[in-house]
Formats: sequence, C-alpha cells, structure tokens
Amino acid sequence: MAQTGTDRVKRGMAEMQKGGVIMDVVNAEQAKVAEDAGAVAVMALERVPADIRAAGGVARMADPRIVEEVMNAVSIPVMAKARIGHITEARVLEAMGVDYIDESEVLTPADDVYHIKKSDYTVPFVCGCRNLGEAARRIGEGASMLRTKGEPGTGNIVEAVRHIRLVNAQIRKVAGMSDDELMTEAKELGAPYELLQQIKREGRLPVVNFAAGGVATPADAALMMQLGADGVFVGSGIFKSDNPAQFARAIVEATTHYEDYALIAELSKGMGTAMKGIEMSTLDPSQRMQDRSH
Amino acid sequence: MTFKIGVLGLQGAVREHVKALEASDTEVSVVKRVHELAGLDGLVIPGGESTTMRKLMDKYDLFDAIKEFAEDKPVFGTCAGLILMAKQIENQAGPHLALMDINVKRNAFGRQVASFEAELKVKHVADNFVGVFIRAPYISEVGPDVEVLSEYDGNIVACRQGNYLTAAFHPELTDDNRLHQYFVGMVKEKAEKVPV
Repeated sequence: MAQTGTDRVKRGMAEMQKGGVIMDVVNAEQAKVAEDAGAVAVMALERVPADIRAAGGVARMADPRIVEEVMNAVSIPVMAKARIGHITEARVLEAMGVDYIDESEVLTPADDVYHIKKSDYTVPFVCGCRNLGEAARRIGEGASMLRTKGEPGTGNIVEAVRHIRLVNAQIRKVAGMSDDELMTEAKELGAPYELLQQIKREGRLPVVNFAAGGVATPADAALMMQLGADGVFVGSGIFKSDNPAQFARAIVEATTHYEDYALIAELSKGMGTAMKGIEMSTLDPSQRMQDRSH
Repeated sequence: MTFKIGVLGLQGAVREHVKALEASDTEVSVVKRVHELAGLDGLVIPGGESTTMRKLMDKYDLFDAIKEFAEDKPVFGTCAGLILMAKQIENQAGPHLALMDINVKRNAFGRQVASFEAELKVKHVADNFVGVFIRAPYISEVGPDVEVLSEYDGNIVACRQGNYLTAAFHPELTDDNRLHQYFVGMVKEKAEKVPV
C-alpha cells in the first residue's frame, strides 16, 4: 500500500534540495528567471521581505492567484509562506498543492504563542530557527526542513551567520555530552528529550538546515555553505539587485562550488549593485522579524 | 579489489548515495568537476532537481565528459538522475544525456502532496524493497534492449540497459542498500571484463 505524507517523504523532499538555492519570487516572470538560473525551488509570495519591511502593516499569505501563477510557470517545486500559527492559511496552501509551506516569521504572526502542528499535514513545512532549542521545537511540531532565520529583507548576513554558528555549536555540544547531562540540556534548550538523544547519536539534525535571512551576494551564499548550511534561501537579494538574472546564476554557482574562490571572484565581477542592505544597529528592535517567534 | 564509484555532487541527495555506496564495499568520491571523473569505475547521478543539475553540468563541461565516461562505464541514476539519462522526456523539447532508450514523464505521480512510499518487487534485487517516490517521474515506454526491473501500479519505475541502471524512487533515502549493491555488482562485472 502506498503511504503519502510520511516523514521520509516529507524530509526526503528537502534532501533533494540540498546544495541548491531557493529563490523568492512574486510573479511568473521572476519564477522563470529563477528556474533558468538553476534555482532548485521558488518561494511564491506577494512581496519580497525588503518590500514587506518597507510597506509595514500586516503581512499575510500571498494572493492564491500569485501562487497559482507561479505554480503554472515552472516545473521546479513551489513553496509558499503561511503566517505562524495560521492553520487555515496553511490548509489553503496545502489544498492548492504547493510543494512546501514556510511557516514564516517574515509574515505577521497569527498566533503569538503556538506554532502549527505540522505533523498533521501531508504537505511538508520549513521553519526558521535561531538556536537548537527553536530548531528542536519546530522539528517536534513536525517541520521537515529548517532554515536559519537571519534577519530577512536586510541584505545583511550577520544574523544568519550568528544563527548557523549557534545551531551547529549547540549540536556539537549535545553530541559530546554524556547521557546523564542530556535531560538538563533538554530542559534548558526547551527541546524534546528524545530528539536530543537522536541528535547526540547522529551528531546532526534529522532534517536539512538551509541558510536564510540576509544573503545578498554569491560570496554570502558560499559563506553560509562553508559554515555548514545544506543550501540557501535568497529572498530580496536577487530581485532587489541591479541584475537579477546574473545575481541568480552567480549565487547558484557559488553555492555549488563554494570552496572555489577563484570562481567566486569571477562570478562576482561587474555584477552591478547588490541590494542596499540595513545595518543591524539602525534597525528598530520592533522591526526585527527574527524575534517574532520562539 | 575495491572499485571506485563517483557520485555527481552538483546538487541533491549526494551524502546519502555516498553512505549507501560506502556500506556496499566501494571507494566513493564526490564529482563536481571533469577531472574528478578520472580513475572512476562507475558514476551515480543522485536525486535532486534535474533542471538545476543540467545547468551546472553545462557550465563546467561536465555534460560531454559524463557522456564520454558513460560510453564504457556503468552509470546509475535515481529520480532526477533517471530524467537526465532518458532519451525522451515527455513535454520537453530535448533530452539531457540521452543514455537510455526510455521515455520518461516528469512529476508523473503529481506534486509533493502526492509523494509516497510503497513496497516494490525489484527484479534481481528484492521482493520487498521500499521505494520512496518524491515528485517522482515514471518510465512510460522502453526500447527493446531495456530490461524492466520494477513496476508500480502498472508504471515502470526501475530498469536496466547494459551498463545503465535507473530508478524513479530513492533507494538512498532508506537503509536498504540492495539496489546499490546490485549496481556495485554491475561495476565489478564491467571492470573485470576490461583486458588488463
């Protein structure tokens, strides 16, 4: 008998995306640019994070017409964002047949306490994390893929770097702990104990962990791969740059060949201006998307 | 003697194939560039996104190098790898490597929500092999030289043509290494046939 929506099928889908770049797009035309550049998937949304930031107000799930338009335009997988805790937006996206849902802090949370119980769905979910506690709680809720939160729409890589370094350092710490220390660590992280046991045993997360939130250049993408990310999400970095097609292609190649520095130099020549970017200390704390969920 | 098998490492489930091959008594390396094909006895093209892999293959002359490699070395492709190996792809202008005389349909079972796992019979390999199908293709037609190894629901999901082996599902996502062992057997057979 065939079984759909199993952990293996949902997590496996993310395994197939490894080493690749997932790009934010807002229409069919951008989706084609992304696919032609070699993106492994696109994230269909109404506005890229930089524009969400600029627009202010409440950011919600995209108009289903945009999601549908993107789904019809490309043969690669299509992801879409639902608000944190918004069970209905997630069910709507599942009913439309999107391939992956991002329960995302980039949108305004619908529930400021609880996340969606993602294990109830056939469609897989990706969620953001800043540390191993958040990563483990999201996996506990049924996320099949993780990404660093970074600070979306800033074009500043510093937060994504902080998050991937912290998650990986905490994994190394857990892997080196003795069994009798693990329960206290679970309490301190707020992480499911059984999951920490598994992470200790395997020395890694049981799901793929991508980088997201601030990737603006090929070198940024390569840096995140170097730090152990399984792949890269690029939100505003491509379509807020001067040459989206060139940026998209260069980021794809830099992600695959992240240790070939001469190549990254070549790729980075004469690309025009990357997205402007925001320095963290100038960002009002109330505007930090990464602090919207825990 | 141990044999050397490469896993095309441009994108996709590379680590899982490496693990399955290492457990099957072979020396394994990851191939991202043409020179890394030298000295290999066989190549695995993993699951991932076929459009992405093709673009990255073209970029660094890997496309022709792999075609040349495949002239006398075994190749095993899973999912995206299968699509890259087919001579015909439905609703698509041209094929990629065009190694196998098969007609393949992409995303044939539907989008991700239709992705599934099911127990399969795989000829020469197993009567109870768990096939993990992720936005998987199937093979709608095969040429006379192609041996069908497995079908699911009336659709062909694994086959062999001489040195080429292919599966629409992902043996690399389970702990069952029997299909990898079968491929290692093909590599061994071929390597031993070559006069020293």
